[in-house]
Formats: sequence, C-alpha cells, structure tokens
Amino acid sequence: MTEYLIEAHNLTRQFGRRRERVTAVDDVSLGISEGEVLCLVGESGCGKTTTGKLLAGLLKPSSGRIRYQGQDVWTQDKESFRKYRLGVQIIHQDPYASLNPSHTVHQILSAPLLHHNLVNGRRQARERVVELLQIVDLTPVEDFLTKYPHQLSGGQRQRVSVARALTVNPSFIVADEAVSMVDVSIRVSLLKMLSRLRMQLGVTFLFITHDLALAKFFAWEGRIAVMYVGSVVELTSTPELINNAQHPYTKALLAAVPEADPNLTRRKKPITLRSQDIPSLRNLPPGCRFHPRCPLFEEGLCDRVAPKLKSVGENGHQVACHRVTG
Amino acid sequence: MASNTAAANGLSRFLSDLGHSFRIFLRNLTRNKVGFVGTLMILGFIFLAFIMPYFVPAPHKADITKIYERPSREHLLGTDSQGKDIWAQIVHGGRDIVVMAFLTGMIATFIGVSLGSLSAVIGGPLDSFLTTLADVWLTIPRFPLLAVLAGLITLNNIITLALILAVLSWAGLYRAIRAQVFSIKERDYIEAATALGLGLRHIIFSEILPNMMAYIAINFTLAMTAAIYAQVGLVFLGLVPLTRNWGVMINLAWTQGAIFFRDSIYFIMAPVVAIALFQLSIVWMSRSLEEIFNPRLRAGR
Amino acid sequence: MKDENATIWDTNPLSVRNLWVEYLGERGMVKAVRGVTFDLRPRESLAFIGESGCGKTTLGLALIRLLVKTARISQGEILYRRSGRETAVLKLKGREMRHFRWCECAMVFQSALNAFNPVLRIRDQMYDTIRAHWRMSQSEMRERALSLLRHVQLDPERVIDSYPHELSGGMRQRVLLAMSLLLDPQIIILDEPTTALDILTQRTILELLKSLKAEMGFSLMFISHDLSIAAELADRVATMYAGAIVELGLVYDIFYRPAHPYTLGLIRAVPTVTGDFQDLISIPGSPPDLIDLPTGCKFHIRCPYATDRCRQEEPTLEPYGPDHSVACFHVDQVRRDADAIWEGTGHVAAGEAA
Ligand SMILES: Nc1ncnc2c1ncn2[C@@H]1O[C@H](COP(=O)(O)OP(=O)(O)OP(=O)(O)O)[C@@H](O)[C@H]1O
Ligand SMILES: Nc1ncnc2c1ncn2[C@@H]1O[C@H](COP(=O)(O)OP(=O)(O)OP(=O)(O)O)[C@@H](O)[C@H]1O
Ligand SMILES: [Mg+2]
Ligand SMILES: [Mg+2]
Repeated sequence: MTEYLIEAHNLTRQFGRRRERVTAVDDVSLGISEGEVLCLVGESGCGKTTTGKLLAGLLKPSSGRIRYQGQDVWTQDKESFRKYRLGVQIIHQDPYASLNPSHTVHQILSAPLLHHNLVNGRRQARERVVELLQIVDLTPVEDFLTKYPHQLSGGQRQRVSVARALTVNPSFIVADEAVSMVDVSIRVSLLKMLSRLRMQLGVTFLFITHDLALAKFFAWEGRIAVMYVGSVVELTSTPELINNAQHPYTKALLAAVPEADPNLTRRKKPITLRSQDIPSLRNLPPGCRFHPRCPLFEEGLCDRVAPKLKSVGENGHQVACHRVTG
Repeated sequence: MASNTAAANGLSRFLSDLGHSFRIFLRNLTRNKVGFVGTLMILGFIFLAFIMPYFVPAPHKADITKIYERPSREHLLGTDSQGKDIWAQIVHGGRDIVVMAFLTGMIATFIGVSLGSLSAVIGGPLDSFLTTLADVWLTIPRFPLLAVLAGLITLNNIITLALILAVLSWAGLYRAIRAQVFSIKERDYIEAATALGLGLRHIIFSEILPNMMAYIAINFTLAMTAAIYAQVGLVFLGLVPLTRNWGVMINLAWTQGAIFFRDSIYFIMAPVVAIALFQLSIVWMSRSLEEIFNPRLRAGR
Repeated sequence: MKDENATIWDTNPLSVRNLWVEYLGERGMVKAVRGVTFDLRPRESLAFIGESGCGKTTLGLALIRLLVKTARISQGEILYRRSGRETAVLKLKGREMRHFRWCECAMVFQSALNAFNPVLRIRDQMYDTIRAHWRMSQSEMRERALSLLRHVQLDPERVIDSYPHELSGGMRQRVLLAMSLLLDPQIIILDEPTTALDILTQRTILELLKSLKAEMGFSLMFISHDLSIAAELADRVATMYAGAIVELGLVYDIFYRPAHPYTLGLIRAVPTVTGDFQDLISIPGSPPDLIDLPTGCKFHIRCPYATDRCRQEEPTLEPYGPDHSVACFHVDQVRRDADAIWEGTGHVAAGEAA
C-alpha cells in the first residue's frame, strides 16, 4: 500500500446527547496521498463538512483514528500536533463569515506570520503578505492591503481566505464548498487558482462539494468519494466514477443531475427510486442506509447487513453495495 | 541615507494614517446626530464637574436673609433653604457622580468581559460554575443588599463604593457578554484562527473582542446609568455619607420639605434635572459609540 | 412555429415593455431593472438567467407589483391578457391588484421554503389563500386543496393536516407549487425553484414542473442563476446583465449558438458532469455596481470584444435571426468565434442535431 499524507481509519463522529444523538460520520476510512486531490461529494447533511473538520483536526472523532504523515494526530506529542495543526488548513464556504470583519487584509494575513515567527519582523511580514496576495491574484496588491472584508466582493474574500491558509505553508487544504457561494462567472478563476496551487506548491486537497460537475472539473486527475448519510458509498478515480459508476446511489445522482446543455440533459433517463424520502439521522434504516430507496434492493440482505466498502474491478474502484460484485 | 528617507517616509505615512483615522473617527462620531449631541453633553458635564469648580466659589456660607430666592443674575438657579447658591452646589456636586459612574462602569465591564469571554471560550466546568453562580447571584435583590452593606462597611470613599456597585452588578453583564462571545465563537473566522494555531489569547483579544466593542460599549453605558441610580438612591436614603453631591441635594431638599413650597422648586428640581440630563447624555452617547465601534463603518464604504 | 396560425387565444399572456425599476438606497439609486422588454408566450417556459444581483428577483416582483416601498417603477408598461381582455397591470389598484396577484399570476419566492407560517397547518394556509379570493364552502375548499396536493404528487390526506416543519424541503417546495396553482393562474413565476434542494429532490421537482405545465397549460417564467435548470426546463432563455436583458432566444440558440459575449462566457464557465473533461474559461472582472454603472455597454469592462463604440454607446436588444435577439455590436464576430471554439467538439454536433 502507498504511503498516504493523511488517512482516516474507521472515523466516526456523533453529535448531541442521549436521545438526540446523531451519527454524522459513520465508520469512514480513506487516505489521501501527497499532491493528490480527493473530492467529497454528497447531498446536504450527509457529513461532508464534519469529515473535513475531522481531518483538519477541528473536531475530535468519537472513535477511529486520523494519521498525518504516519502519526496518529490525537495521541502525538505537542510539537508534532503543532506541525499537524499548521500543516492542515481549511477554507470555508461562506465568504462573508470566514474573515474577521474588524481586521484589514494585511492584519488578517500578517497575524499568523508574526505569531509563528515565520518572518523576521514587520517589514518581512509585509513583503510576505504582498507575495501571498500575488499568489492568489489579488493585484494590484496595494489596493487590497488596507481594505476591510466588507469592502471586498465574495470572490475576493475567498482569495483572501486562501492566502490566509497559505501563510503557514500547509501541505493539506480542506476546501469546504469553497466556491459554491460565489458567482458562476467568478467561480472558474477561483478553481483555476486552487488548481495552480496544487501544481506549483504541491498542496494536497480535500475538495468538498455537492456539485458533481465542479468535482469533475477540479479533480479530473484525482478521485471522488461519494457520501450518503454518513458513509462513503463509492470511491474511485474521477473519470471512472463519471463514466462507470457502480453504486446505485451514484448512478441515480448522475442520472438526476441537470446539465448545462439542453440536449444532454433532456436525453437523460432518470432512475426511479423506490422512495423519495431521505432518511433522518435520528431514525436510520437498518442494514444499508440506501435500501429503502434503492432500485436493486434485495430483501433479507440489504435491510439486514450494512455493506462495507470493497474493491470491485481493478485500479482501486471501491463500492459499498451487496448487489455490486467485481 | 536610504534608511533615513525610509524612516521619514514611514513617519509621514504613520502621521497621515493617524490623520486619516482621526478624520474617520470624527466622521463616525458625527454620523449619528443624537449620539453626537450626547457626546457633547458628556463633555459639558465633565467640564461642569471638573473645571467649573475653579470658577464658581463653593457654597459654604449660609445666609438666612436669602432663603429660597428665585433665579437672578447673582444666583443663577436661586438659593436653597439655608440661602446657599444652588448653581454653586450643582457645580461642586457633580464630580463624585461623574467619577463614580465612569469608575463603576469600567470595573463592572472589566469583570463582565473577562469572566464572560473566559467562560464562553474555555467552557467546561468553569463555564458551568460561573453560570450557576451568576444565576444565583441574579436572584439576590441588589438594593436591599446594598443597604445592608452600607451599614456594615463605611462607604465614605467613591472608589470603595464603585467597587462594590461593580461587583454587585457582575452577573447580568457576565451573562450578556458570555452569550455574545458564544455567538461569535461559532463563526468561521474563529475556526480559521484555531486552524492557524493562533492561540487562546489571540483569539479572545484579537478575534472576538474587537467585534464586540459596540456591544461592550453599550453595556458599559448601561452599567454607568445603573451605578448613578444606585448611588443617588443610597445617598438619598442617607446610607452613604458623601458630601456635596446631587443625591445629597435631593436628600436635603426632601428632608427640608422642599416639595411643599412653590418657591423651592429650583432647590429640588436642579439636582433632579442634572441627574436626568447626565443619564440622557450617557444613553445618547452610546449611539455614537455604536457607530465608532462598528467595523463596517470604520473605514467608510 | 410562430406563424399565421397564431389565433386569438394564442396571444401572449404577458407583455413587458421598457420596464425600469429603481431602489432608493443609502448610497444612491440602484438601477435594478433597466428597460426590460419581453413577451411571455402561452404555455411556454421562459428562463431568466444571470449572476447574483443582476435584477432577476426585482423583475419578478415588479411584474406582480410586490416591490418594497423603497423601490419605484419609473417607466414602462406591463400588459396582461386573458380571454381576449387586456389589462394594464401597472394601473391596477387594491382589490384588482390582489386578484391579479393570485388568480392570474402567482409567484413562488426565493427562499420561500422558510416562508410558511410555522404554527399553521398546511390546510389553513391553503384555505386562507382560497378564502381571500373565491367564495367556496369548506368542503369545496378541501376538495380543491386535496386535488392540487395530489397534482404535485404528495399524499394529500397526510400533508394537508401537517405543520410545515413536519415536511421535508422537497415536500414544502411541492406544497408551495400547489398553493401557487390553487386559484388557477395563467402565469406562474418561480424564483430559484430548486436552489435549496438536493439533486434527487431537485430532479423530482423538475419532472413535476414539466408534467404540471403539460397538464394545466400555464405559462412559466422562472428565475435561476443555474444554467442547467434553464437547459432542462426552458423553451426560451433570457440572459440578464446589470438589470437589462442582453440576449433572448430559444434555449437551443442560447446554448449552442449564443450571440452575446456574456452568454458565451457563462456557458463556457459551467462544466457538465457527463462527457470528457472540458477546460473552462472564466469571465474576467466582476459584475458592475448598479449604482454607478459604466457608460456604454455595461459589459464592456469584462468583454474581450469591446471597442470604443461599446464604451460610449449602449446597444439595444435587436433581432438576430428568427426568435433570437441580442444587445451587442459584435454579434457576428461572437457567433463566428463561438462556432470556432466548439468546432469538432460534441457541443456543436449536439447543437446541430437540435
Ligand atoms: N455541531 C453540531 N451539532 C449537532 N449536529 C451537527 C453538528 N454539526 C453537524 N451536525 C449534523 O451532522 C450532520 C452532517 O452535517 P455536515 O455539516 O457534516 O453535512 P454536510 O454534508 O457538510 O452538509 P452541507 O452540504 O449542507 O454542508 C447534519 O445532520 C448536521 O445536522
Ligand atoms: N430592498 C432593496 N433596496 C435596495 N437595493 C436592493 C433591494 N433589493 C435588491 N436591491 C439591489 O437590486 C439589485 C438587484 O437585486 P435582485 O434581488 O433583483 O437580484 P437577483 O438577480 O435576484 O440576485 P440573486 O441571484 O442574488 O437573487 C441588487 O444589486 C441588489 O443589491
Ligand atoms: Mg457542509
Ligand atoms: Mg434573486
């Protein structure tokens, strides 16, 4: 097996107490190699953000382990944890909530530089800030240094968020719906900027999105993991997932997603599910979570046993479904 | 040479930045008309309480021939039951009130902010303990407790009084601040700061508190107004023997039966109006504070 | 298809002529809708696409006169036609306006999922709407409500007695659709009908809209920033930029033969899921400030075709081929480039097939 930069083993996270308890992430295992991009797709509330925060060390797992550069992050010593803390950064979805409204762009970017002594003094901090703003294409830099977040557009704020994440030279970035709240016309340039960081700086990405088309565009050379109510149901390379999906849920998604191309979208044959209801986390169906809706449902099997992610075919295509066999 | 010009540049930039900030400060101060009036009134009261006493002689000597005179050029607000000048009493009776109000406001806000933010950020047992304590504290009626305390401790200096008033009012402020910190703590930029390993101190002082300044300022002014009422109340009841003070004036006017004479209207109304105006100016000023501390307005659009 | 066969009952239910809407803001006047002209045809579905803040919602609200107090319709005409009668919507008052708003033209608002009154059952919210406009007995109202809920493929008996919070997002969206159809309007305006919904739910709503439209024969005007919804559902598409329609045409023309650089830019910026990897091209710059609009064509700052003329003069929406109009001085060049870009790719081939 290859050495992963970051990996999750049987990661589970619950929220709430007693009766209210829900399992947002249930037994997720995955690994991301250095320089790779892994996309996490799935519908609202399926646990994408929670998984991202668990990997970024912003939430503690209820059970399971996370290893970063081979070390278990929650049992390692303080110094290693600090290395992990700075090595893994997150970019949030909402450009209006992710920057502190009372700081200028320069203050936002120089705080981590100075705090961690990544630069010698204020002058060097300023130079580095200018450099970072250039990396994220916020030029002319002078126009932005003294601006407050409310003076920037959504796209510009997201760029500042990216620059802030880059201050500590991370090797892994969790981009949680980082472009879904900015306009279509601006989205592409943001995505391309992130791709460029991946190429030039070798940053590894966990790219979280609910938009399959974006996942395809950003992670064409990487892999996609499809989540359904807390678990990964399919995980494979992007072209394989788009063209040769195996899990009935993934297939249903691909058949349902409307396309920005009239002929393409009108020729799609939607897959009829047995039910429209998305299961509530409070009241999960036994066995496979998808069985009440699944067209391949087999009584006595799917509603009894929860399927595990297993390899089908070659090149590491993994599917969690009883009815799909390699 | 090069470094010299760089330094000069730096200095001139610093000065121009300073000028710029000051202009923005002024603009925000004057943006809200009511708030600006309130601020001017506060400045007026400070002038009245600290500078005017040097120009207006203290009302020491009683003059039985001049009891309850109406306002005149000589006695701007007339005279009291002993023939003392009321205007002079107002001038000399403001200092205690003003100092005590600011002092109490500061101490109470300091306690509220530090306990509230620590409690919200650290959470856990500390949070549960302080919250329970605050809940219990809030059920204790404050004024009777003050009255009892006044019997036990000699409250003859304003610092002790301010301290006691502030400590007594900690619970309400603590709860308000804690709730606010809780709501800010959940925001994405705080999480980003955690991910950047910026540390607890940075998160409290640089990320959370600057976004609460408007809120804190308002709580500060509320604490001030509460303190004024508490003090005036205590003085009026004669529980705190402070000399020369608007509260004392009301007390005197009251015990002299000033409310029964038409002539003595100025005697009782002057301190009442002074206190009311001071309260009003604090409340109004809080609107300006709100504007000044709102980051959206700080740098213009 | 538009020919001499157009009979009297085929006249367009809605015509909007040179409509201007402004908001009086703190910073100045926001020109949110600038000179919009279009016709809504019988039984068609017309999509309005464009970036956030380009005035789509404002246009929809202006049509049913539900703008906020600070907004003003400064110019223009809205004509509504039904069974041979023509009404000037901007002249309607009080009762007549309320009648128009529900019985002739109903709108489902953006973020309407949260618009239910949480303490009222679906039943009561539906009855209130009916009662305000029609005289009906309790049992007739129930009959009507149940039938519409059935139309939107809900279990009517269960849903009608539920509280809003007991329903999922997709179910609530369907209830909203049913409510907008309650009084049998001729026009339905949907503002971002599926934005807050999951892909699978979105699909069922889209299918539902198609079948409802075929069955009930209303005209549908919908607003979306999502091109794929337009591609899926629209007969015609209007592209809006900075408060104005810059291109209006049949959905196939818009997607396969766009003639405005902004439409072309949007299409090239949106990926599809199926098919091979396509590179995407972003539109440089950001949308203009509607308070302080540039002179000339509002898109010229971001436009690769901009010339001096574009900087000085604003192009108007002119016919370009049958059923297609564009507001651009460089239409031919844009068309040629678009064809060249898609030469030999599946995109054009698909377009030809249409
Ligand atoms: N702090 C929390 N407390 C309680 N429940 C939570 C918390 N965070 C998340 N959850 C629950 O966990 C589930 C998964 O949430 P998560 O935010 O990971 O979903 P998501 O896939 O990111 O959804 P979206 O696409 O809407 O962002 C949801 O049902 C959510 O309500
Ligand atoms: N009540 C209002 N007062 C002042 N300006 C407003 C008001 N409502 C909207 N605007 C402005 O009018 C313009 C058009 O807004 P509108 O809501 O119509 O856009 P939209 O195209 O629907 O955008 P979105 O896709 O974000 O819903 C925007 O620039 C907006 O800022
Ligand atoms: Mg999320
Ligand atoms: Mg809108």
